[in-house]
Amino acid sequence: MIDQKVHDQVQTPIQPDAPRLSEEERIGIIGSPNRGDCIMEPIEPVALGFEAFSLWYGAKRAIQDVTIKFPANRVTALIGPSGCGKSTLLRSMNRMNDLIPGVRTEGSVYYRGIDIFARDIDPVEVRRRIGMVFQKPNPFPKSVADNVAFGARVNGFRGNTRELIENCLRKAALWDEVKDGLNKSGLALSGGQQQRLCIARALANEPEIILMDEPCSALDPIATLKIEDLMRELVKDYTIIIVTHNMQQAARVSDYTAFMLMGEGGAGQVIEYAPTNEIFTNPRDKRTEDYITGRFG
Amino acid sequence: MAAAAPASLVSLRASGQLARRQFISRLSRYVFLGATLLAIGVLAFLVFDIVKQGGGRLSWDFLTTYPSRFAERAGVRAGLLGTIWVVGTTIVLTIPVGIGTAIWIEEFAPRNRLTQLVRLNIANLAGVPSIIYGILGLAFFVRFTELGSTILAAALTLSLMILPIMIITAQEAVRQVPPSIRDGSLALGATRLQTVWHHVLPGAVPGMATGAILAISRAAGETAALIMIGAAAFAAFDPTSINDKFSLLPIQIYGWIIAPRGQGFEANAAAGIIVMMMGILTLNLTAAIIRERFRRP
Repeated sequence: MIDQKVHDQVQTPIQPDAPRLSEEERIGIIGSPNRGDCIMEPIEPVALGFEAFSLWYGAKRAIQDVTIKFPANRVTALIGPSGCGKSTLLRSMNRMNDLIPGVRTEGSVYYRGIDIFARDIDPVEVRRRIGMVFQKPNPFPKSVADNVAFGARVNGFRGNTRELIENCLRKAALWDEVKDGLNKSGLALSGGQQQRLCIARALANEPEIILMDEPCSALDPIATLKIEDLMRELVKDYTIIIVTHNMQQAARVSDYTAFMLMGEGGAGQVIEYAPTNEIFTNPRDKRTEDYITGRFG
Repeated sequence: MAAAAPASLVSLRASGQLARRQFISRLSRYVFLGATLLAIGVLAFLVFDIVKQGGGRLSWDFLTTYPSRFAERAGVRAGLLGTIWVVGTTIVLTIPVGIGTAIWIEEFAPRNRLTQLVRLNIANLAGVPSIIYGILGLAFFVRFTELGSTILAAALTLSLMILPIMIITAQEAVRQVPPSIRDGSLALGATRLQTVWHHVLPGAVPGMATGAILAISRAAGETAALIMIGAAAFAAFDPTSINDKFSLLPIQIYGWIIAPRGQGFEANAAAGIIVMMMGILTLNLTAAIIRERFRRP
C-alpha cells in the first residue's frame, strides 16, 4: 500500500534540535477515515502539519477536520472554489484568525513539532516565523526602507539595517527598481512593485514559511509573472504556501496542490492532495477533476 | 452589407428627458454655491460688525490691563490669562485620556454587552447640555473634593464636558485606518501595541487633531458651566497655579455686554470677541499644521 510507505518515511524533523513528534502524532496524521486514497502525503521533511483541525466562526463551521502536511522548501498551492475555506486555512497557519471575534478552533497545527494553537503559544512569535503576504498589496504609508525594516525593528533587530534592507529587496527582486528611491513612499510604487515590497518586508523577519493569499489577484500578467518567478527563486530558502484562484498559476508555481471544497455542512475540507503534476494530469476524485477541467467553480 | 443609419437620424444632443435632467444638474451647482455663500456671508458680516465696533479698542494695553469701572481703561488681562490657564489644563487632561479611551475601545476592548453600553453612552454624553456639567462640577469638584472655584476644578469640568466629543472623533479617526495596515503589521510579528503605535496612531492623527480642535474650541468658548463653577466676573489678579481662582474671556465679554449702555463697554466686548477669535484661529492653525504633517506620504 502506498499509504503505508508514506507513513514510515514522513515527518522527518526539519532540524535535529526540533522536538520530534510522538508516535501517536505521526500515526494520527495519516489514514484518518475520511481520507480515502485521494491524499498523497509528500514523502519529505514537513514544515507545517494540520491535524484534525476544525474552525468555527461563531456557530458556523468554516473548516472541518483538516489533516494535511506541507513539505518544507516547496511551494504548495491551495485551490478550490470561493468560500471553501482556503484563506481561512491559510490564516490559521500564523494565527491571523485570532483577530476575528468569535473564532474557535479544534485540533492542532504543528510547526517544528509544536502546536501553534496551544495555550502558551504567543501568536506574535508564530507570525514572526511564519510570514504572510496578502491579496491586495498593503505597504505601510511609509518609505520603502521603513516598510522593509519595520518587522525586524519591532522584533528587536540589532544589526545593520541598511544591509538588511538591501538584502531583502534583492531577494525580492526589487532592489534595482527602488535603490535610488529608498526614502520614497511605498505607496508610490506600482502594484507589482508594492507586492514585491510586501514580500521583501516579510523576508526581513527571516521567516521559515511564507503564506501568500492570492498574491497576484490584484496584479497584471507581467507583474504576476515576476511574482511567480520570485516564488520559484525563494522556495530554495523558504517554504511557500499559496492560495490561488488561478489554476494555471497553481500548475506553474507549485510542487504540491491541495484541492479544497465546501462539505455538506458548509465547512471546508481537503478533498485531494498530491504532487501538482499528479493532481492536474491524473486527478483521483471526480470533484477535483470537474473543478480542474473547469466544469464548475 | 448592413446599411448604416443616415447621419441625420442620430442626434447626440441632450433632448427631452435628458435635457431636463441636465438642466437640474447644472442648476444644482448654484444652489450649493448659494448655501456656501450664505454661511460665508453671515460669518463675514459678523466679523465686519465686530471689527467695526471693537477694532479701535484693540491695543497692547487692552491685552495687558485688568478690568476697570471705566471702559477706556479696562482690559482683558485677567480673562485672557484665565482662559489660557483653563484651556491649557483642559488640553493636558483631555487629549491623553480621550485618545487612550478611543484606542482601547477600537483596538483592545472585547466586543460584549458592557463595551457596547460604554460606546452607546459616550455618544449620549456628547449631547448633554453644558450647564449639567457645570452643576456636576460644582457639586463634585468644587464642593465634594473641595477643590474650590479653581482653575483645576474648571479644567476638570470642561474635560468631562468635551471628552465625549474627543473620544468619538478619535474613535472615528482610528476606524479610518484600513484593516489591511493592521494585518500587515501583525503578520510581521508586531504586537498589538506596536501596531497601534507605528501604524494606527500616525494614520489617525489628522482626524484626531480635527476632533481635538472642535472639542477645545467648545471648551474655550464655554461660559454657562463655568459661571456655575464660580469663575470670577471681575478679577484683578494673575493666576499663577492651577489652584488659583480665575476669570475667563467669555465671562469678561459677557460682563461687558450686560453692562449699562452708553459707557463704551460695547466696544470692549467687541474687542474681547476679536481677541477670542484670534485665539481660536491660532488653535485651528496649529491643528491644520499637525494634519498636514501627518498626512499620508
